[in-house]
Amino acid sequence: MAAFDELDPLTGRKVLVENFQTFHEVTETVAAPIEIPSGRWWAFFLASLMLLGLLGVSLGWLFWEGIGIWGLNNPVDWGWAIVNFVFWVGIGHAGTLISAVLFLFRQKWRTSINRAAEAMTIFAVICALLFPTVHAGRPWVLYWALPIPNQMGMWPNFRSPLLWDVFAVSTYFTVSLMFWYVGLIPDLATMRDRAKTKARRIAYGIFSLGWRGSTRHWQHYEKAYLILAGLATPLVLSVHTIVSFDFAVSQLPGWHTTIFPPYFVAGAIFSGFGMVLTLMIPLRVWFKLENFITIKHLENMAKIILVTGTMVGYAYGMEFFIAWYSGNAYESFAFANRAFGDYWWAYWTMISCNVISPQLFWFKAVRRSPLALFIISIFVNIGMWFERFVITVTSLHHDFLPSSWDYYSPTLWDVTTLLGSFGLFFTLFCLFCRYLPVIAIAEVKSVMPQADPHYDPKGDHHG
Amino acid sequence: MAKPSKKKVFGLLAEYETPREIFAACEKVRDAGYQKWDSYTPFPVHNLDKAMGLKPSMLGWLVFVCGISGASGGMLLQWWTSTIEYPIIIAAKPYFSYQAFVPVTFELGILLASFAAVFGMLAFNRLPQWYHSCFNSERFARVTDDKFFICIESTDPKYSPEKTRSLLEGTGAAHIEEVED
Repeated sequence: MAAFDELDPLTGRKVLVENFQTFHEVTETVAAPIEIPSGRWWAFFLASLMLLGLLGVSLGWLFWEGIGIWGLNNPVDWGWAIVNFVFWVGIGHAGTLISAVLFLFRQKWRTSINRAAEAMTIFAVICALLFPTVHAGRPWVLYWALPIPNQMGMWPNFRSPLLWDVFAVSTYFTVSLMFWYVGLIPDLATMRDRAKTKARRIAYGIFSLGWRGSTRHWQHYEKAYLILAGLATPLVLSVHTIVSFDFAVSQLPGWHTTIFPPYFVAGAIFSGFGMVLTLMIPLRVWFKLENFITIKHLENMAKIILVTGTMVGYAYGMEFFIAWYSGNAYESFAFANRAFGDYWWAYWTMISCNVISPQLFWFKAVRRSPLALFIISIFVNIGMWFERFVITVTSLHHDFLPSSWDYYSPTLWDVTTLLGSFGLFFTLFCLFCRYLPVIAIAEVKSVMPQADPHYDPKGDHHG
Repeated sequence: MAKPSKKKVFGLLAEYETPREIFAACEKVRDAGYQKWDSYTPFPVHNLDKAMGLKPSMLGWLVFVCGISGASGGMLLQWWTSTIEYPIIIAAKPYFSYQAFVPVTFELGILLASFAAVFGMLAFNRLPQWYHSCFNSERFARVTDDKFFICIESTDPKYSPEKTRSLLEGTGAAHIEEVED
C-alpha cells in the first residue's frame, strides 16, 4: 500500500487503478486467473458443493415429508424460511446499489467491484427465491401466483403484498440478470479473443454475441446501460419496500409500521455491503487484484456500511419511541417483549452486530484494515440475519391471544436448509470466479487516466 | 497467404495505440466526408461518437414507449381481472382498488422498459452477429484488449484504395491493412 494515494493527472483525484497499469496489463491481471485452474479454487468449490448437497438432501426430505419437518408452530407459521428469504434478498441489494445507484451518481470507483457485486446479487436472489417456493408446501402449483388463464377461471389476488412480492422479486431477478449480462458482453469478447482453446473460443464467442467494440455499438450500449441503471435504481428501492409490505401491511403489532420500507431498504444495503466485503477481501488477495480493489475502495464501502448501519440503528430506536408514543398497549408490549422477552438474546445480538460494530468505522485505521473490515463484515451478516429473525419471530410468538402464545425454535432441518442455501450461493459464486472476469475489464479501462482522449503522456496534462 | 485471394475487399483497417490518436483520426475521417466506416475500441472512448459525427442513440424513446405500455398493461390486467373477468370482494375493498394495484403496475413497467433497453440495444446494433469481416484480421483480436481501429469500408462512395490509404496514413496509424469481406 502506498503511503499516499496516487492522484489522477487530469482530475487531481485519487487514481482508481493503482501502480500505473497499461490497458494490456489490466486485461492480463483480470483474465489470467480464470484461465488457470487453482488448487485453492477446487478446495472452495468442493466445500461449497458439499453444502449444496446438504441443501439437496434437506429439500428432498422436505418434499417427501412436508413442511412439518421445520420448527413452525401455530402462532409462528413464518419461521426461518421467511427469515432466510428476506436475508438473501437484502444481500442482493448492495450489488444493485453499486451497479446502478453509484453509476447514476458517477462514482467511478464502482467499476472495480460492480461485476462481482452484481453476480452476488443474482446468486443471492436465486437463494431468496428458493425459500418462498419451498415454503409454499406445494411448489408444483406455484404458477398459481402468476396471472395465467387457467381452467379454474381464477386470478391471483392483486391486493396481496405476497403477490406484489412475486412480481417485485421476479422482476428484480430478471432485470439484474440482464444488467449483468449486458455489462459482461464486451468482457466475454475479450475472453473470446484471448482464448487458447477452441472450446473456450466457441463458448465465449457464442455468449459475446459477436461483439467487436464498434463505436456505433458502444453508443447504443452506453445508452442502454444508463437506462438500465436508471430503471434498476427505483426497482431496487421498490423491491425491499415491497418485501417490507409483507410485514407492514399486516395488522400485527411490531410489523404494522410505516417506517418499515425505508428501514428495510437501509438494512438491505447495509447487509449487502457486508457480504460484498466478505467476498471481496479474500478475492482481491487470491486473484491479485489489489491494484483494482484498493484500500480506498474498501474504505468507501466501510463508509456506506457506517451510514446505513447508523440508519438502521435510528430505525430501531424510532420503532421503540413510536411504540411508546402511540400509547397503543399492544404495540408497546410487542417492543418490550422484543428487547426483554423470550428472544432478548436474539435482539441484543442484532443490536451488537448492526448498531455497535459498524461504529468502529469512524476510525480511519479500522476502515483501511482489510482484516478488521472482514471481521466486522461477518458481524454485519450475522446481525442482519438476526434482524429478520427478531422481526418475524418476536411479533408472531406472542400475538393478541395469550392462550396461543408459544416458543419457536428451529429444527435440524431448518439449520441444514440455511447452510445449504449458503452452499448454493458459494457454488454459483465459485463458478462465476472460475469462468467469468470478476472485474469489469472494459469499464475499468474507461476510468483510467490514459483512457481520456485528452490524456497526453508527454504533455503537461492541461491541453 | 500463398494463394492470392479471390475474395472481395471489405475495407481498410488502420490500427492506433491510444485513445488520443484514434480521436484525432476519427475527426479527420469524418471531415473527409466518409459515411460507411466505423471505429473499434476496447472500451467506450468518451465523445468518440461525436468525433465520428454520429447522431445520438434513439434507444430512450423505445424504452419510454415500452415502459408506458408495460405499466398501463399491468394496470389494465388488474382492472380487467378484478372487475370484469372474476369480480370478487376481498377485505371489503372496491373491485377496482387501484391503490393496491400500484406495485404490480410499477414492476411491469420496469420489466418491459428493461426488456426494451436490452433487446432494443441488441437490435439497433444488429447483434448477435457472429461473423464480421474485421475478424479476418489477426491484429483485430486486440481490439478487445488495448488496440484501437478504424475501418473504412470499400462500399463507401468516396473509397479508393490509394486515397483512403493515404488519408489513414496521414492520421498517424501504426499499421494499415486490407481486410477481406
